[in-house]
Amino acid sequence: MSRTDAPGTDGTDAMGSDMTGTTAPGTTTDAGAPTLTPEDVRRVGEPLDGRVPEVPAEQAWDDRRLHYDLVAPANRRKFTVIVVGTGLAGSGAAAALGELGYQVECFTIHDAPRRAHSVAAQGGINAARARKVDNDSVHRFVKDTVKGGDFRGREADAYRLAQESVRVIDHMNAIGAPFAREYGGRLATRSFGGVQVSRTYYTRGQTGQQLQVAGANALLRQVARGTVTLHTRQEMLDLIVADGRAQGIVVRDLVTGEVRAVTAHAVVLATGGYGNIYCKSTLAKNSNATAAWRAHRRGAHFANPAFIQFHPTALPLMSEWQSKTILMSESLRNDGRIWVPARAGDDRAPADIPEDERDYYLERRYPTYGNLTPRDVASRAARERIDAGHGVGPLRNAVYLDFADAVARLGRETVVSRYSNLFHMYEQATGDDPLRTPMRIAPGAHFAMGGLWSDYDLMTSVPGLFVGGEVGWGYHGANRLGANSLLSACVDGWFTLPYAVPGYLAPLLGSHVLPPDHEAVLDALEAVRARTQRLLRNDGTQGPDRFHRRLGEILYRCAGVTRTPEGLAQGIAEIRALREEFWRDVRVLGEGSALNQELERAGRVADYLEMAELLCVDGLDRDESCGAHFRADHQTPDGEALRDDTTWCRVSAWESPAPDAPDQRFVRHDEPLTFQAVPLQTRNYA
Amino acid sequence: MKLTLDVWRQPDAASPGAFETYVVTDATPEMTLLELLDRLNDQLVAEGREPVAFESDCREGICGCCGVNVDGRPHGPERGTPSCEQHVRSFADGDRVVIEPLRSAAFPVVKDLVVDRSALDRVIQAGGHVAVDAGTAPDADVTTIDHRTAEMALDFAACIGCGACVAACPNGSASLFTGAKLTHLATLPQTRAERGRRAVAMVDQMEHDFGPCSTYGECALVCPAGIPLSAIAAVGKERMRAFLRGRAT
Repeated sequence: MSRTDAPGTDGTDAMGSDMTGTTAPGTTTDAGAPTLTPEDVRRVGEPLDGRVPEVPAEQAWDDRRLHYDLVAPANRRKFTVIVVGTGLAGSGAAAALGELGYQVECFTIHDAPRRAHSVAAQGGINAARARKVDNDSVHRFVKDTVKGGDFRGREADAYRLAQESVRVIDHMNAIGAPFAREYGGRLATRSFGGVQVSRTYYTRGQTGQQLQVAGANALLRQVARGTVTLHTRQEMLDLIVADGRAQGIVVRDLVTGEVRAVTAHAVVLATGGYGNIYCKSTLAKNSNATAAWRAHRRGAHFANPAFIQFHPTALPLMSEWQSKTILMSESLRNDGRIWVPARAGDDRAPADIPEDERDYYLERRYPTYGNLTPRDVASRAARERIDAGHGVGPLRNAVYLDFADAVARLGRETVVSRYSNLFHMYEQATGDDPLRTPMRIAPGAHFAMGGLWSDYDLMTSVPGLFVGGEVGWGYHGANRLGANSLLSACVDGWFTLPYAVPGYLAPLLGSHVLPPDHEAVLDALEAVRARTQRLLRNDGTQGPDRFHRRLGEILYRCAGVTRTPEGLAQGIAEIRALREEFWRDVRVLGEGSALNQELERAGRVADYLEMAELLCVDGLDRDESCGAHFRADHQTPDGEALRDDTTWCRVSAWESPAPDAPDQRFVRHDEPLTFQAVPLQTRNYA
Repeated sequence: MKLTLDVWRQPDAASPGAFETYVVTDATPEMTLLELLDRLNDQLVAEGREPVAFESDCREGICGCCGVNVDGRPHGPERGTPSCEQHVRSFADGDRVVIEPLRSAAFPVVKDLVVDRSALDRVIQAGGHVAVDAGTAPDADVTTIDHRTAEMALDFAACIGCGACVAACPNGSASLFTGAKLTHLATLPQTRAERGRRAVAMVDQMEHDFGPCSTYGECALVCPAGIPLSAIAAVGKERMRAFLRGRAT
């Protein structure tokens, strides 16, 4: 099924096609469905330079740190840095820059810095401390991360991540995160998917919460010291770019509705990932892509938007009004065994299905890693079984995660002590006790490996605009390993941006921030006000949530766990139609001059409707399977992802066309990827 | 299921509020309380009426954003459970349910069910942190922490900062919240250095915004994070300790 054989149509024709088709995820659309070729929707622009130090990858970070310019302590207070977001990356960057003496203006949409979605991560944080004799090392960490990401991340960035991981644990421990301890008093570790060593540090099933609260409290310490000014309940709605540099942001006060500009010498975005674009995701309801997308529309290229991870241990949808797919930590796969009935359609209760009529499909297909295969592999295998009719639960949309063997082997008490709050959470959500009846789990949209493109210094294609954490892209390639996201957010925030941002600022000593009457400031303010007014005055009939749910349905179907060129083309057409309908028919009730959650949601959904098209374009364009981006037309006879390293060993960093540009196609900029320390190889978890 | 909801509506902090009554006819037992409000809001928007403002984020019981009073009880009828994990199955078909914001003088209403809990962060800002700058920490394995101590610190560190304890307290005290943070940081050896100074700063700030503790114990009954009631004792104990020792540690 080569897409190049299909008749090409332009976007306008595609929009007029039938939008009502509902095919199962991962299947091709009906014959005759409109098909776009990549050339219809994108052109190729100038390549990008990641500015990685030209030394062996393991020396890159030392080399770069040696070459960063410094700012003397007395001069630091002359610089203002904006940090947007207070999750692990944002609170870390703001606190660390504040500790160094810079003036930091820190913004969050929440009422308190602790609420950021890093708080919800459960399982743990990886670190290449390699204290045990299980043969872990910095190099092995890099190998696992690069290979886990299916060779679509930057190797040198993974090295930095591994090298700085050691003192991340020391620092978070020192500022109050109570890591789990062995009986001898040493730090405890556990293992996670995609690795064969034990390098994950944790605090029960609430690692994210403990790290996040420690980080938020460190941020509040700087607020008390006067180095950081914290602005709660403020949403970034635009980026101010002047003289080719990011020099400020436009924010809306969510309580008063006031729109104002804040200018600075540099801007750090730490606003998280865009997984919520799928609507039913494991993300928090307020997680959104607006700050990142607005920055993109001001020139920050967006890397690999199609790379989205589906978490294999989310809770399945159980009812129409279910607002999200609650996440169960992957750590459960350490002791839980995943299975489905061997016979499709078997609707007996799990306890009535004898051992030899169960299919422990991960253990069968991947004996080496078993239930601990990486997330993309586990999600795809689950989706395959569910689509083949082996799904369990009332909607047949789940697989079992069974602790019976673990209880028999370890005793009930040990199993409960390891996972008590996860079991409690599951019981809260479903009413079932996982020790009596196996958990039901299903893949749910989770983590965005894609994000704003940045160079090795975490600077985007807009000079002065930096990224930290999930809003960026660098480490995880096409698939993130469990417990590497808390790490990357911490490393970026505490131990990378505090070096890289001053390196950018140093030559700007003596320069002033933009005056409030600068043309670029006034333009950005006007753009935000106009957009807000347009939403409020739109005389429609449907609230933004309805559009969001429909968008999510399109994306799960057309750009889900398994993708096809036809499905992605169909998705592009449906998204364009939905976006057109949104601007025609969205209804935003309430005022602009007060707390208005409908207005907040409408703005975010409007951005998702733009971004979703690019997500599908990237998926259509990347004519290979890699990591979480699984194209049904590129697989081995065993159903494994088939990479094309000759053509696609590179990052796709996208530029959106200006609204008035004659050529409305997206522009792809390539950054070639090279691997020295971890040679290209086929992932094999069998 | 059919449920009649009396929901507090208040346009902003300065305006008076009042209950409005709505009926949801297609509630289902597996819905969460917040999904019930989502359902109601969808209905209101379709009718051209402004939806109810309420706070929520992770909907997994860990971010602490959500929190409403249900029939006068912070978070809702299920004990020790945040609003996002309360379920409609707790109600019977035909029930009347009263939903209002967390009530406390320290938590002014922002709009409808949304309140301002920034007074809690002011307590943390006063001293709920550790004076260690990035990069200066020693190896985390140098100081051993026995398993029991680490687990106990975690019991108190589990607070999600939702403010239900304050809303449940007849005095509007934040002793459970403050005591949890004091105990967490006083238990771990690496964060003990500022123990005395921290206790004085945090308790002073707490008393500025919140009421005193009269050991009713209502706070621990509604706490979704299971913070032990002994946290409230830590408030007096830690401050007295600082007073008797007369020094920062």
